[in-house]
Amino acid sequence: MQVIVDNLDTFGRGVWGTVVLFLWGTAGSLVFGTLLAVLRVAPSAAMRAAGTAYVNLVRNTPLTLIMVFCILGLPILRITFTEEVGTQYRIYAVLALVAYTSCFVCEAIRSGINTVPVGQAEAARAIGLPFGQVLSLVVLPQAVKAVIPPLGSVLIAMLKNTSIASAASNYELISAMRNLIEQNGNAVIPILLGITVAYVLLVAVVSAVIALLERAAVTA
Amino acid sequence: MSDQQRSTRSGATPTGRRPLVVLEGVDKHFGALHVLKAVDLTVAHGEVVVVIGPSGSGKSTLCRTINRLETIDGGRITIDGAELPAEGKELAQLRADVGMVFQSFNLFAHKTVRENVTLGPTKVRGVSAAEAKRRADALLDRVGVASQADKYPAQLSGGQQQRVAIARALAMEPKVMLFDEPTSALDPEMINEVLDVMTGLAKDGMTMVVVTHEMGFARRAADRVVFMADGQILEDAEPETFFTAPRHERSKDFLSKILTH
Repeated sequence: MQVIVDNLDTFGRGVWGTVVLFLWGTAGSLVFGTLLAVLRVAPSAAMRAAGTAYVNLVRNTPLTLIMVFCILGLPILRITFTEEVGTQYRIYAVLALVAYTSCFVCEAIRSGINTVPVGQAEAARAIGLPFGQVLSLVVLPQAVKAVIPPLGSVLIAMLKNTSIASAASNYELISAMRNLIEQNGNAVIPILLGITVAYVLLVAVVSAVIALLERAAVTA
Repeated sequence: MSDQQRSTRSGATPTGRRPLVVLEGVDKHFGALHVLKAVDLTVAHGEVVVVIGPSGSGKSTLCRTINRLETIDGGRITIDGAELPAEGKELAQLRADVGMVFQSFNLFAHKTVRENVTLGPTKVRGVSAAEAKRRADALLDRVGVASQADKYPAQLSGGQQQRVAIARALAMEPKVMLFDEPTSALDPEMINEVLDVMTGLAKDGMTMVVVTHEMGFARRAADRVVFMADGQILEDAEPETFFTAPRHERSKDFLSKILTH
């Protein structure tokens, strides 16, 4: 493990890169995934079709392909966000993660919505609440309990999926691993172990947060 | 509407009052099943109409079309002269004027009894929180569950839940109240507490459409009894006439089955 201790700065940069990708990815996919779920249960057939089409198209595409589309395709389409190259690629990587993970967030929320008895939505409609408030005031608060566990799995998968961003000029744990191996060819196994431990600990933190939220939702 | 107009209109009600809910030629299919076959029904202001019939006759579906919880395939439904709009803001506004009480209560499980009653007035009608609470407490008192206001629905008996559901609907100050088998899911000893509240409402002049098997309530509170079978209205008569001298074979058969006990 000496090799990790000797290269804590490289290692730390890797952890930080992964954490940043994960946090932006989480924020983005929760927002966009919720929007997709709303589309998929909307009263308008066109909205439902749009939501379904997006989910089926993007969910059935490998994340690597989406990542490549974002880093190679978006610049060709002249979709840029900043002059600074590092930030630019980080944004592309986050976009790819959000585009992909949102599909799974959407499906987790939709399965949660399906656990709420249909009578709850009918009663909400019957007192004159419009569609948005039927969801936000009556259905979603009751769906949360059922949504958190599958959502946890989705976010954990995304945490590990951030590794694909290493192919998109993002510095994170896998990039750090590659650097360390290049410089310390004699210590491949300790490096792999160190990187593994980092992922396992990060996932443990995410799991702990999910478990806390789950407990809060059940007692609420 | 003048008397002359009313007399020339097929939708005119026997009691001669102004029509509030009018169904004309309403058709509805569930897949291959034709659940409503060109149904005509007019409910006047202040009228209490009880809809009875064997299960599968379409009576619940009929009730649910009136606030468009079920869409219709053909025909026309108007409430206070306005045709039911399609999905959207307008429909939500119209539903606010049509109270609905469900067989399975459907109280919002994550909200207290009082919050169940204040949600509609504050969010849909824009009533202030304090005013909504004051009115909610008055309504809960009226239906006899004032002491339960801070509990959650699951902590209440079925009869109490259904009375809260009635209070929730009344809080919107609806023009008409729909009851879809309000006592069918209740234990026998709780049925009367709900029927008493409904009878009180009927006496106060509320316009009501009640799908029920409670013949005692129909005799006591209804202005008219509508008998449905196979998606059609076979009889539409005053309660005494219907119960003592049913004209149709199907209604005779139905009554003989339910009035024996």
